[in-house]
Amino acid sequence: MVATVRINGEDRRLEVGTLIELLRAEGVDPKRRGVAVALNGTVVRRGDWPAAALSPGDEVEIVKPFAGG
Amino acid sequence: MTDKPQDGDRLVIAGRSFASRLIVGTARFSSRQVMLDALAASGTEMVTASIRRISLEGYSESLVDLLGGRYQLLPNTAGCATVKDAVLTAQLARESLETDWVKLELIGDRETLYPDVAELIQAAEQLVGDGFTVLPYCTDDPVVCRRLADVGCAAVMPLGSPIGSGMGLCNPYNLELLCDRSPVPVILDAGIGTASDAALAMELGCGAVMVNTAIAQANDPVNMARAMGEAAAAGRRARLAGRIPRRSYGEPSSPQLGLIGSGS
Repeated sequence: MVATVRINGEDRRLEVGTLIELLRAEGVDPKRRGVAVALNGTVVRRGDWPAAALSPGDEVEIVKPFAGG
Repeated sequence: MTDKPQDGDRLVIAGRSFASRLIVGTARFSSRQVMLDALAASGTEMVTASIRRISLEGYSESLVDLLGGRYQLLPNTAGCATVKDAVLTAQLARESLETDWVKLELIGDRETLYPDVAELIQAAEQLVGDGFTVLPYCTDDPVVCRRLADVGCAAVMPLGSPIGSGMGLCNPYNLELLCDRSPVPVILDAGIGTASDAALAMELGCGAVMVNTAIAQANDPVNMARAMGEAAAAGRRARLAGRIPRRSYGEPSSPQLGLIGSGS
């Protein structure tokens, strides 16, 4: 099913599947260190990415460490 | 003469000990290599990082891969203005960097970057309850620092002057009071401009200092980083050595007997 999901503040229309499928589709290697994900304001642990199913209207934050003071 | 800290005098935060009393930020360096060289020159063992949305157009080298093996990475909640954002950022940081430690920043004013202490204390309490080791960036208000310690923060990080301002310690008397009374380590964070600021903070009783802009934006960041590491160590050594008191009047250091000539 194609639906709108908000990824990092941007509305995107895409095939709604699991979080791990989303990451792979966005070019993020799920095995990469440092990546963290929140779904609708709650952190989803790496081990749960394959099972976490997305729904229309969901908000996803995909983050990693950057330079900072 | 050695610039190494005295044997056995280590900085202890939440049960973890460090030889270096300097924490360094990773932002605002002109290049990745300059950053790496400066961090190495500083002697630091802990560096900060921010947590930001991944660029969906590319995936540059990870800070974790670059620094993770050599330094303890301390994530910050820079940019957060609400308890909700700071807590979520901290939780994402915990997942991202696999650490319970967080430098909690909750800003109340985007121009001065001054902490919003009401929100800060709330967020700190919530995060401590969620198992975090919280190091809050705060004001140099002794009551605020006491509240932060009371809710379980592992240290307090009062500003010397606004972030990036390089104005040094605007209220050294207050900082000394704070250090005398704090049950947790005081880490001077923000406003350090040059090495003497770092040394002064340590002489006043700080357990450590944190520096970013003063190193990253110096003409020669690598040398400034080295200077900061030496200054933090020297200031600590001077503190432990016990300084002479200040006097209004002079007191001669040479003997007053056996003076040549008519004398008085």
